[in-house]
Amino acid sequence: MTAVARLIRNPIAWGLFALFAVILCSSIFAIVPETKQALIVRVGEPVRIYNRYDPKETFGHTGAGLIARVPFVESIVWVDKRVLDFDMQRQAVLSTDQLRLEVDAFARYRIVDPIRMYVTARTEKNVGDSLKPILGSALRNELGKRPFAALLSPERGTLMDNIQNALARVAAQYGAEIVDVRIKRADLPTGSPLDSAFERMRTAREQEARSILAEGSREAQIIRAEADADASRIYADSFNKDPAFYDFYRAMQSYRATFGTDGMDAPGSASVILSPDNEYLRQFRGRER
Amino acid sequence: MGPRAAINAMLNQNGGGPWGGRGGSGGGQGGGGDGGDDGLGPRNPWSQPPRKRPGGGSGFGPSALDEFIRRSRAQFGGGFPNPRGRPIWLWAIAGFVVIWCVFTSTHMIAPQQRGVVTLFGKYVSTLGPGVSFTLPAPIETVQKVDVDHIHTIDIDTGSGSGQNLVLTGDQNIVDLAYSVRWNIREPELYLFELAEPDDTIKEVAESAMRAQLARVSLNDAIGPRRSEIEARVAQNMQALLNSYRAGVTIQGVAIKQADPPAEVVDAFKAVSAAQQKKQSYLNDARAYALQLTAKAQGEAAAFDKVYAEYRLAPEVTRRRMYYETMEKVLAKTDKTVIEAPGVLPYLQLPRGTRPPPPASTPAPAAEASR
Repeated sequence: MTAVARLIRNPIAWGLFALFAVILCSSIFAIVPETKQALIVRVGEPVRIYNRYDPKETFGHTGAGLIARVPFVESIVWVDKRVLDFDMQRQAVLSTDQLRLEVDAFARYRIVDPIRMYVTARTEKNVGDSLKPILGSALRNELGKRPFAALLSPERGTLMDNIQNALARVAAQYGAEIVDVRIKRADLPTGSPLDSAFERMRTAREQEARSILAEGSREAQIIRAEADADASRIYADSFNKDPAFYDFYRAMQSYRATFGTDGMDAPGSASVILSPDNEYLRQFRGRER
Repeated sequence: MGPRAAINAMLNQNGGGPWGGRGGSGGGQGGGGDGGDDGLGPRNPWSQPPRKRPGGGSGFGPSALDEFIRRSRAQFGGGFPNPRGRPIWLWAIAGFVVIWCVFTSTHMIAPQQRGVVTLFGKYVSTLGPGVSFTLPAPIETVQKVDVDHIHTIDIDTGSGSGQNLVLTGDQNIVDLAYSVRWNIREPELYLFELAEPDDTIKEVAESAMRAQLARVSLNDAIGPRRSEIEARVAQNMQALLNSYRAGVTIQGVAIKQADPPAEVVDAFKAVSAAQQKKQSYLNDARAYALQLTAKAQGEAAAFDKVYAEYRLAPEVTRRRMYYETMEKVLAKTDKTVIEAPGVLPYLQLPRGTRPPPPASTPAPAAEASR
């Protein structure tokens, strides 16, 4: 039995060998997941990229998977392949009509050129940090050119396009591509702008309340007037058949009502002085006609 | 024998130290190691120290653990012909690897799940529900993603003022609370495309909702067009997320609350009070109208009836009505009949009453002023 044979049968030797193999493998091979781009840096100099972002590729046909490199000489810099985002700090923006607005925006970007990114910013996060102030100033510039109402109109689309273009120019210098820029919220700042907006809303509502009331009484009056007209038409239709008889009929009714004998309470007592010539007393006198 | 003995001695020390220690910890490899030295018997030089050390330390024979190991090895050794004295720990490692492979290459995917398979990090396929097989773990890995679960994001009175104030198209402000329901449609996109999918969905929801509200008026936002707004927001969100290739489906957007801000809510209540008041005005007027019309119809109908009778016998009816009326009128009044003219001035009339007209008019023209 030779020493070598013993070594092979020796678990320590196996263990040491396995350890060495693992270290060697791990410094040669690396697993590139779908979510990352691997930038190979040879002694400080970026040389090649695995799993580089390509808008046309589909999952399953990307460069992800097992890669090999020269051990100890080439190192891997991982660059995120996914869509990243950064939130801009809340910015106060002044529109052309001197209205202040507080604007929250966010941008989504993706690293499309890892080498450039590595050279200019080192990490993806630095790219976001560098783009933040750019987004802020682009936003201020664009919004400052427009009246407040434009922010709340369909014109907002072109506004966002302008901002995105401005940002994309800078992002390209960092090897990034802007996927989307959006205004998350645009609010009136608290304090007097918000209070005056509330005041305007309040007065508008009061105006509405009053006009509703006025309209209500107008409509009510019309309904009453129509009812009056209807009633007099009904009367006229009926009474017009014989105006003379109506006159008599109504007079009879009226006497009863006036002299308080028609079942209702009389408002006062009455005395009647009758002349013998009265028609009612015609028969009373017994004279001949 | 000189150098070899030296190597043996060295290996003894090296092997005995870690091996013996690990044997106590009971790992699979440790057990195999101890079994191995037993299989080689006393000829194996490096087996002696670990066996002796526990015994030597306590001053007794082999410990219970050693006993157990030896007995189990005896059983084991019968099963495996081991002519060259191949260390049994190799078998243990092999068994471990086999078990590992079985467990990591079989995947139970529940009905609501999908399994995303990656081969050395590279996307291969998506497993449907059921039992599936892949290559073992370090080569292919499976991430299970729940696609049926509907996630809900609530966006409401987040922080600070307690209100989520949103500007509407007519530059009014509305206090809004809503929720977004979504689920994962394409697991591989969901896993690989966006760095923070959940945050992205929330931000997109906020952006789409505010953009939509900026197109409608306040009354629309708090009023009947809510469902339309919800549908539009869901649609916009879906379009945006598709453009990000987020791999999610927006199931729906629900506006839970769209109220005027607390600062102006009184004025809004005044409006609804005014609306109520308007209704009550109208109700009063309609009641009056009904009453008046009914009265007119009743009186007209009464006149028509009487007139129909009158037409049959005008003279008699007229006279009858006249006498009936006079009877009723004069029955309850004080009556004075004056024969001679000229006595009028001497009458003592009741205070405050007007002297009635002499009423010398004949009956057919008996019209009193109304």
